[in-house]
Amino acid sequence: MAEGEDPQVGHAEAGLGFELSKTGALVPLLVLAGITLVAVLGFVENQPPFLPNEGVLAAFPHSPSEFTAVFGVDHALDGLDGGKGDGGMVAVAGPPFSRGIFPCMDCHGEKDLPPNPTRRELVDKHKNIKLVNHDEEHRWCLDCHDLNDRDSLHLAGGELVPFTESYRLCGQCHGTQYRDWKVGIHGKRTGYWNGPKRYLLCVNCHNPHSPHFAPLQPLPPPVRPHFLRASDRPPAPLETSAPDGGSASALEPQKETKHEP
Amino acid sequence: MSRDRHPLPVLGEVAHDCAGPGGAQQFPPDPANSPEEEAQAGSRREFLANLGLAAAGVLAGCTDQQREEFLRKKFTELSPAEVEQRLTHLRAEVQQKWGKVANISAKAAMPGVLFGYGLDLSRCIGCRRCEYACVKENNQSRDPQSHWIRVLEMEKARGVDLEQGNPYYDPATVPDPDHFYVPVACQQCAHSPCTRVCPVGATWEEPDGIVVVDYDWCIGCRSCMASCPYGARHFNWATPNIPAEELNTNMHLLGNRPRPRGVVEKCTFCIQRTREGRYPACVEICPVGARKFGNLLDPDSEISKILKQKRVFVLKSGLRTEPKFYYFYGL
Repeated sequence: MAEGEDPQVGHAEAGLGFELSKTGALVPLLVLAGITLVAVLGFVENQPPFLPNEGVLAAFPHSPSEFTAVFGVDHALDGLDGGKGDGGMVAVAGPPFSRGIFPCMDCHGEKDLPPNPTRRELVDKHKNIKLVNHDEEHRWCLDCHDLNDRDSLHLAGGELVPFTESYRLCGQCHGTQYRDWKVGIHGKRTGYWNGPKRYLLCVNCHNPHSPHFAPLQPLPPPVRPHFLRASDRPPAPLETSAPDGGSASALEPQKETKHEP
Repeated sequence: MSRDRHPLPVLGEVAHDCAGPGGAQQFPPDPANSPEEEAQAGSRREFLANLGLAAAGVLAGCTDQQREEFLRKKFTELSPAEVEQRLTHLRAEVQQKWGKVANISAKAAMPGVLFGYGLDLSRCIGCRRCEYACVKENNQSRDPQSHWIRVLEMEKARGVDLEQGNPYYDPATVPDPDHFYVPVACQQCAHSPCTRVCPVGATWEEPDGIVVVDYDWCIGCRSCMASCPYGARHFNWATPNIPAEELNTNMHLLGNRPRPRGVVEKCTFCIQRTREGRYPACVEICPVGARKFGNLLDPDSEISKILKQKRVFVLKSGLRTEPKFYYFYGL
């Protein structure tokens, strides 16, 4: 029996030895895995959070109150009565003339300033007005302004049009925009969606001599989520922390659309 | 209004919150003290009855407002009188916290109205005025910052690809010649996944199509945020911080009234304005007139004309969420 047991013991020992050797192989493996895990975790923790695009970090929450030029006064409902619900349309205050420029006949009506229909480069007055990206090769002032009645514009057929209806003139060439504007697809309307609205003339947004919409300074980007905690934020750079400095004065889109007729 | 609701019914806490230092004394003696009593068949019923009495006692010690907050039902189950009571309490809270008289309404949807929104991508220049006008109008938290509108900058070469949209662009002037801009806010889906996943029914689609949140009923589980494919829902991680001089006092109960910490908020098409007939704040501020709003059921409205005359698309149409927010190219 003792002899019979010996192989069993030996077998058991051999088995134990095998187990031991397997464990011995596992230990360095586990250690290696552990080191890798720690290294990876450390690497991940040291990495900055994923940024979809490089650029200026918006680390500071800006408030609408910083941009008084944009949000200062709300004239949306001036003169509009939503109680009526009649869907009436009210024009905004006229075309954006430069100060003192209208009526034009104050100067053009004088005897010593006879109308001159010859196409030419203006050298004395109005020389700051340049047609930019508005078919300047083929057109000049009197294609839209009337030779004899400078307080009016004229259509291609000669019909006089007041400045307050200049959209009819624009619509001669820009028919699709004119059609869309009439039903409210093109252009801006304010007021009541089911009542009186205020609409803008073409020239309130597009300088007729340089109609491309002037570029604007964008308001600051939102705070990235990983800067939501105030303790995570880097110190404020000076140019973004001064709200009413240069940035606010640049945020006045309306001034750029001023022009001489 | 540090926290609108009390934590759910842990009676000791309620007693402490409502009745002050003496509140806990209103509990009757614990009926389960004697083992003989506990063995009796009626003991549990008695215990529950005493518990009810205790609750009634605690609630009797509370103010009218605290009782309303504790026993409050969800908005859809409130009677008109209860809604009015809630509004009164909210006005008092605004008065107490900001020192301002708020005009809070719970005006219902107009009959025959289904709101739709159009956005002309060929006009948008990415100036972000809508983002900040929204913050101002809807009393969003200034710090931590909460923006319901995200304007995504995209490369013209790649087209509308939401995955590469970048909301953090910051050039000196916009538009950048190589990019276009896609503002994204709540798409007011007709098949909204957010309202389906809400475990407590705190968000739903109103008859005029606006998806609203009952801030008094939201438990802040953020399931709706996980289910929204547009990232349109936002969580109040901290108590919203709004300076008193900037508070918009024209409020709606389901819209821009001040929210407590721990609830989800979202764009409501400026429900406080649009149910009065006005355009949303983002439409009014947009300098290029890219934003259009109106009644989808009115064939003469601006949005109906857009749907008829322009080719529109919705974001992630493959998900069948059926947004009522239509993008188009007006050129």
